[in-house]
Amino acid sequence: MWVVLFCTSALALLTKLGGHYVPASWLSNPRLQRINALIPIALLSALVVAEALTNKTKLVLDHRLAGVAVALVALMAKMPFPVVVLSAVFTSAFIYHWH
Amino acid sequence: MILSKTGEMPTIDPRVLRYSLSVSLTVGLYGIAFGAASIASGFSVLQSCLFSLLTFTGASQFAAVGVVASGGTAFAAISAATLLGTRNALYGMQMAPLLENRGLNKLIAAHITIDESTGVALSQIEQGASSMRQGFWLTGLGVFLFWNLFTLLGALGAKQLGTPASWGLDAGVPAAFLGLLWLRLTSNFLRLVALAAMIFTVVVTPWMPAGLPIISATLVAVVAGWSERSSQS
Repeated sequence: MWVVLFCTSALALLTKLGGHYVPASWLSNPRLQRINALIPIALLSALVVAEALTNKTKLVLDHRLAGVAVALVALMAKMPFPVVVLSAVFTSAFIYHWH
Repeated sequence: MILSKTGEMPTIDPRVLRYSLSVSLTVGLYGIAFGAASIASGFSVLQSCLFSLLTFTGASQFAAVGVVASGGTAFAAISAATLLGTRNALYGMQMAPLLENRGLNKLIAAHITIDESTGVALSQIEQGASSMRQGFWLTGLGVFLFWNLFTLLGALGAKQLGTPASWGLDAGVPAAFLGLLWLRLTSNFLRLVALAAMIFTVVVTPWMPAGLPIISATLVAVVAGWSERSSQS
């Protein structure tokens, strides 16, 4: 836990500092730029799936998926972020206790 | 710090201040979700607060605790968080020529180089460099203040609740990721990349140690970015 905390923090700061010291010309490779712009999208997508559908290395369908499905509906209805998260939380808790 | 770079004392533009404050407060509120997610993943209140103080880049923090929660190794958690933070380096490249900081100021500027500070700075481009600098510092420091404050509140709140699943907190984390993702899906190509990464993760999950599917989803980004010109009009 502590290892994750401190390594993540150190690397996050090094990444940020790196950007401040590296000349902007390094940015010029358009292919690298495109890949960099897509990385957060790929990672966040994978994280949604990993957190909603998996338990260790198994795929499981449970209360979490129901919560995320409701969150998706809230996002499509253009609800603000706290409403999105809370709708998922309430749905999931309801189903967890109900079955 | 807003004033110390060139020695002059620019008056703070009230419009920039208002904008920075509203962004800081709104984004800072997400800190509640992070504090709760971190506790739900098994971190202590102290650890949750240190994450927000030291890592201070929201998506990476969520990723680190998220991978730990899904049973991933420390290596997987650190890699996912670091890869998610690479965009901050790009922001730094854009902000460094504008800020012209040295020494400690540069270190602080780097630490608060995040989506929001860069975004507000860039939104002031028509108002000139001084407004951009103010936007960067006010937003960066404002988010830092509120993000840490609300992380503490979220962590303390979640600690009181007990079992995360019985309060639905385990669904709050993926919902938060989905919310962060949603903001970025501004074109059909990006939606396609997101969908591909999701399918990829589902397919590889049974075959890989926990946490690794998340990191390997960056392959989808590499492949898509590499061939984007041919696939996007």
